[in-house]
Amino acid sequence: MRRIISVLTENESGALSRIVGLFSQRGYNIESLTVSTTDDETLSRLTLVTNGDRAVVEQIMKQLNKLIDVLKVSDLTEGPHIERELLLIKVKASGFVRAEVKRTSDIFRGQIVDITDSLYTVQLAGDSDKLDAFIQTLASSTEIVEVVRSGVCGIARGERCLKA
Amino acid sequence: MEMLSGAEMVIRSLEDEGIEHIFGYPGGSVLDIYDALFESSQIEHFLVRHEQAAVHAADGYARSTGKVGTVLVTSGPGATNCITGIATAYMDSIPLVVLSGQVPTSMIGNDAFQETDMMGVSRPIVKHSFLCKTASEIPEAIKKAFYIASTGRPGPVVIDLPKDTQNPLAKFPYKYPENVSMRSYNPVKSGHKGQVRKAVKAIATAKQPVLYVGGGAVIANAEAQVLKFAEQLNLPVTNTLMGLGIFPGTHPQNIGMLGMHGTFEANKTMHNSDLIICLGARFDDRVTNAIDKFCPDAKIIHVDIDPTSISKTVHADIPIVGSIEVVVEQMLEIVQELDVTANEEERAAWWKQIDSWRTKKCLSYETGTSIKPQAAIEALYKHTDGKAIIASDVGQHQMFGALYYPYDKPRQWINSGGLGTMGFGFPAAMGAKIANPEKVVCCISGDGSIQMNIQELSTCLQYGIAVKIITLNNGALGMVKQWQKMFYDGRHSHSYMESMPDFVKLAEAYHHVGIQVSKPEELDKAFAECFSEENKNRVVFMDIIIDPEEHVYPMQIKYGAMDDMYLSKTEKTTS
Repeated sequence: MRRIISVLTENESGALSRIVGLFSQRGYNIESLTVSTTDDETLSRLTLVTNGDRAVVEQIMKQLNKLIDVLKVSDLTEGPHIERELLLIKVKASGFVRAEVKRTSDIFRGQIVDITDSLYTVQLAGDSDKLDAFIQTLASSTEIVEVVRSGVCGIARGERCLKA
Repeated sequence: MEMLSGAEMVIRSLEDEGIEHIFGYPGGSVLDIYDALFESSQIEHFLVRHEQAAVHAADGYARSTGKVGTVLVTSGPGATNCITGIATAYMDSIPLVVLSGQVPTSMIGNDAFQETDMMGVSRPIVKHSFLCKTASEIPEAIKKAFYIASTGRPGPVVIDLPKDTQNPLAKFPYKYPENVSMRSYNPVKSGHKGQVRKAVKAIATAKQPVLYVGGGAVIANAEAQVLKFAEQLNLPVTNTLMGLGIFPGTHPQNIGMLGMHGTFEANKTMHNSDLIICLGARFDDRVTNAIDKFCPDAKIIHVDIDPTSISKTVHADIPIVGSIEVVVEQMLEIVQELDVTANEEERAAWWKQIDSWRTKKCLSYETGTSIKPQAAIEALYKHTDGKAIIASDVGQHQMFGALYYPYDKPRQWINSGGLGTMGFGFPAAMGAKIANPEKVVCCISGDGSIQMNIQELSTCLQYGIAVKIITLNNGALGMVKQWQKMFYDGRHSHSYMESMPDFVKLAEAYHHVGIQVSKPEELDKAFAECFSEENKNRVVFMDIIIDPEEHVYPMQIKYGAMDDMYLSKTEKTTS
């Protein structure tokens, strides 16, 4: 079961290592992890994507909550939510393929953010499935040179929010 | 405002926190703090002979009093030598504050002399840790450390202090914070009212309930509440290894310790119960045996201050997060409100069943020409009127100490239950003795365990810490040997110690009293000498040569249910 967990923590040195350490120490998976400060500079917000059955996810949530630096933990996948990931992908774009890459990017609402004679770098935001589909489509028409993904960040829809 | 250096702030903060005893070992990175300590009239420092012992001693101090134990060590090896002690305290939820020196902030990360990333190395085994990068951070870090260590589910906290923050020449305004408030840490005390009510209703209708009480109840000082609750509802009570003493060992409702080496009646009662009321225990693998066969008919009420302990290994039907003494008090109120009483007929039938299991006399043992370890512990009980504080090491002697000395008071039995740290007992006994100078404090050890921190005989000499060391000497690593005998066809791979020292001479070399005894008929006399008025203020090392073939029984059968047990070398339960 794929879960997106949001964590609000004190923005202090060592806070991130405690969270990451917890996952390795207890054998939990981390598929992706994003972290940055919030509008309040004393706080950091993390979005973690993990996998596990109900009991494991419940333990993960409790263990995160137990960390002294952590203020709030929420499982976004429990309700309606928005999930976004940023992709930067560098692909071969010469000859006939050059136009095809442009068309594909347009269809996916990506933007070409850097060009050379033979390469395009495309930027695309969306949920992980959309990014997967875009990479797959490009792979079928051209050669992928380099891929970098930001990892998922997410927020609940509607009134639900994670605040200190 | 008063101006102090970082080093002075450390000592003043400890004084303002009310600390009277600390355990430590000086070195390059903490010399400024030690220099400030030289002036303190409030704090008595105990110089150990190895940093691991400092942590165990602080741990024994904490376990025997409920106060926070304090440790001061240098950077690098001083800090890393603490790791086993910190892990021991972490596993058993013992409040400690460990102050470690660190290389100057400008040198951190440079592989400087005696540099170790203490924050990183200790991270998985601390409740929390602080790295002070400036002197001004020190008082608040210390205040928070003691608060975090002692509240909620207690645990060890590390404070790493780089040498430049201690600089005696740089003075800063000092004020020790009066209160702590942390937006990210607010431990709960009382349980959810609806859940408590649900629990009491479940208890009211249970036919075969059992009260399973662990170390959390000891930490919460819930002695009176547990006793009242058990007596009022006429519940059978089993204690975990960590919970021994929270319910009197000699009480008729006490059915003994449960688990791997639990009594026949305790494990039978658990397995056949229809309701387990767990107070501050965590369904550890040394209790449950195979999870899929664990107590098939039992509903579970689980009270614990730490939500992560609930439904971690065994699903709790009624989870209650809260401090044991408060939640049991809440339950007692509901019991009164709903006028819940034990159904006399049903409870009598349940007790009749339990009493029939008791007739098995699972702790009986044969006597012979050599001293049986069980007899040695029983003699210790007799000669201390059952009132000594017993700190145990780890191994067979630990189980004998748990099973054959009924503890009537909490904090009387001190052992490394979670981590199972050999070498824990002796320094822990020292800490307990320092905290309880008027009490008799014994260390039950084995010939293996005692040699893991035996250097502390020197510390005892320096400070006159008069602990009694009761070593059950079977000339082997007894528990390892027992397993090898039972599960490895008797292939005793490296479980013998073929170069046993003369413990009597060793004790005497440190100017202590050494007594060796090997005959059953001389045991009484030896103990009388150990606890004589003449030896009251001296360390006595009792080297008791015991039957080397003795095993600890009962013992759960691996992969079985709770009540699948070996009862002796020739008998096991059939199921």
